[in-house]
Amino acid sequence: MLFLFAIMIGVLYGAAVYLLLRRNIFKLVLGLIFLGHATNMLLFVAGGLTNGKPAFIRGLQGETVGMSDPLPQALILTAIVIGLGVTAFALTLVYRFYKVTKTVDFDQLSENE
Amino acid sequence: MTTGLFLLILLLVAAIAPFLRKYLKHQAGWIYALWPFAGFLYYLSLLPVIQQGEILIESYEWIPVLGLSFTFYVDGLSVLFSLLVLGIGTFILVYAGYYMRPYPMKGRFLGYLLLFMTAMQGIVVSGNLITMFVFWELTSISSYLLIGYYHEKPEARASALQALLITGFGGLALLGGFVLLAIPYDSYELTTLLSDGDVIKNHYLYIPALILILIGAFTKSAQFPFHFWLPGAMTAPSPVSAYLHSATMVKAGVFLLARLNPVLGGTEVWSYSLTIVGVTTMFVGAWLSVTQVDLKRILAYTTVSALGTLVLLIGTGTEYAINAAIVFLLVHALYKGTLFMMAGNIEKKTGTRDIRYLGGLFKYMPFAAIIMILALVSMAGVPPMLGFLGKELIYEASVAAPKAHLFILTLGFLTNVILVFLSLRLAIDIFWGKEPVYDKKPQEPSLSLILGPFLMVLASFVLGLLPSAMAGPLTSKAITAISPLHDAIILKLWHGFNIVLALSVLTLLSGYLVFRYRHQLLPAIDRFNIRYFRREFTRVFFSMIDAFLVFTKLKTRALQHGYHRFYLMTLFVVASVMVWVMIWRADPIILELNFSDMPINLIAVVVLIIAATLSAVVSNSRVVALICMGVIGFGITIIFIAYSGVDLAITMIMVETLMIILAMAVVYHLPKYQNFSSTGARMRDALVATLVGTFFMVLVLQAGTSTLDAPISAYYKEASYSLAFGRNIVNVILVDFRALDTLGEITVISIAALGIYAMIKLTKKTN
Repeated sequence: MLFLFAIMIGVLYGAAVYLLLRRNIFKLVLGLIFLGHATNMLLFVAGGLTNGKPAFIRGLQGETVGMSDPLPQALILTAIVIGLGVTAFALTLVYRFYKVTKTVDFDQLSENE
Repeated sequence: MTTGLFLLILLLVAAIAPFLRKYLKHQAGWIYALWPFAGFLYYLSLLPVIQQGEILIESYEWIPVLGLSFTFYVDGLSVLFSLLVLGIGTFILVYAGYYMRPYPMKGRFLGYLLLFMTAMQGIVVSGNLITMFVFWELTSISSYLLIGYYHEKPEARASALQALLITGFGGLALLGGFVLLAIPYDSYELTTLLSDGDVIKNHYLYIPALILILIGAFTKSAQFPFHFWLPGAMTAPSPVSAYLHSATMVKAGVFLLARLNPVLGGTEVWSYSLTIVGVTTMFVGAWLSVTQVDLKRILAYTTVSALGTLVLLIGTGTEYAINAAIVFLLVHALYKGTLFMMAGNIEKKTGTRDIRYLGGLFKYMPFAAIIMILALVSMAGVPPMLGFLGKELIYEASVAAPKAHLFILTLGFLTNVILVFLSLRLAIDIFWGKEPVYDKKPQEPSLSLILGPFLMVLASFVLGLLPSAMAGPLTSKAITAISPLHDAIILKLWHGFNIVLALSVLTLLSGYLVFRYRHQLLPAIDRFNIRYFRREFTRVFFSMIDAFLVFTKLKTRALQHGYHRFYLMTLFVVASVMVWVMIWRADPIILELNFSDMPINLIAVVVLIIAATLSAVVSNSRVVALICMGVIGFGITIIFIAYSGVDLAITMIMVETLMIILAMAVVYHLPKYQNFSSTGARMRDALVATLVGTFFMVLVLQAGTSTLDAPISAYYKEASYSLAFGRNIVNVILVDFRALDTLGEITVISIAALGIYAMIKLTKKTN
């Protein structure tokens, strides 16, 4: 499965980079979202793939052997939430940007300054 | 102890001098001169000790971790230079205190002068290359402040900047040279360096270190082709010129060469470069001084010539040459300091220093005239002044020079002829020549203005009359410090009839002849110079600076183009290429394709995500792109569920839903996609994207195939229930173990929310 995930993460990063290099400011935000997805998946896969064993403690003393690693998950959880904040802010910024400049083209902006 | 303490107090005096000036009134110069004078007496009292061959070393730790310390090293050479720096410095302070009376900011001027003195004194007693470098740079900075003292004048500012840039450039080269020099010794201490010069000479760093150090010395000592900053620097007030030309700054380069002669000297490269540069500077300086009419400018060019002579003598390196260098150094310091101070006096009393408008001053200021004439006699090398001894030794050294002595002798002879001519011309034209109409009657300069010149000329006279008794003790240990193999020659006024005496007589005669026919000769020389030396070095220098500025502007414009995508592209390409190189060198990844751990449903999800990603990128519709984003988000959610990330999945579902709704709301207000980029640009970006994407692919494979310990996780697994009483470990980490991180996260989200609110609601209506 690792091999497939590697391809998928590569494609996600590729898409992020390609979109970040666009002139359209909206595509830039899409690129940002892709970058978030790609990095989350990178952390998740690098943290080790464990099939069907969530990090829950069962019973009184709890059996932890073979359980998935909770730490990368905690990190990713934080990253997802912060990613939402950043994306929401960026989307609103794009909205205001267009309202003020009447363009979504970055190059247009530099010529108008 | 004493040397370091003396310097520290001198620095303190420099620091408080500007503030005390208003309380001390016109006596400030005299009072500030007390401390340098005390230093002068102290080093004078050291002479007998030094004569015994003793060397005083003091060391203070500075940055012990880096092996840096302030070390002071006082030997014969240091004492001779200290006496010059502090002795002449004392006179200069007395002179300046009076001279600067009519000008604003006198206090600050005296402060700069003291700082300059501290810097120069620091150089000559440094026992550590880094210590020396620090003081070296301090002379550059303080001379910048002094040369540019009349800062309302554009000319003064330009000269100051020019001096700073040239000596600063040399300073950088010098630092590089010092670092290279210290590598084979693994020490910056002078004692280590001086103990064995062969270590560096047999090392492959010898040539680079030598070149850099020579650049440092040559720029400081105004050697050709860096000589032009020195005549420019005469825009400074006269006390500064007198000090800068006689004892400080320009002598620093000569001092450095003398100091490092036992370490670096004696090789072919050393003697050839010093000889060639020295001879050229000696002659060019003298030649350019012939046609000048500004008194200070004439003197400045003769300083250039004298510095060339000193470099030449150190480069020649024979016993006679080293003796000549030290004696001439003393001679020159004494007469040049006097002449510059007198030039300042003349300018002050007559309002001009253009020698075409000066004349007949003898009857107005006979005492000053005698002093100046005696200094000129010393410059011309006429007995019984010390200058005669200097010139004799130079001739002896030239006759006995091991290489190209005829060439050196010829140029040396011509230079001395020019000096004799200039001495005659300045003496006769200024003091007896045709008298112009002066605005007010010139008077004898007051005591403060004449004391220094008088004592210096007296010293020159006494030393010249009693050379072996007086000049010998001063110079002998300095000579052995420069060149341990050589002894000091017993100085005599009368050498008997020999070729050197013949040369001296011939020099005087020729100088007189040039003076006699000056009205015919000077216009011819002027025409010659205008034809062949029309391009002034200063102008070339500043056009080089301008060209450099144009270049940096172009460079900045090329690098700071203002397009976000090219900044990002640079970042992506550089980072991924560097990582690719590392991957290339790393061990190959051994990949086992095991189809049994690839359930068909997950393969389908991954394929779906890839397909959705590609269509989100290429789609022409924003809505389609957003739907694809949704597919990707939920696909990732499924992967989280499959691989034990239950909390992640729950969060992801909510976040993705919110994000898509928000994006849709924004898209509603935005225009449709347009085609901004050309196909070529897309292909280029796709290439960059592939480079980065594949690099991450390899990274994942690397990370997935290497196993790491997880000691932190093990602790969380242990402690989650027993300490925090939670069964969902991920949740426990977030709300308990790393609760502060979560608080930070909440803060970020709140700030984002505030920002969004502000952007939507609190917008000012602008036209």
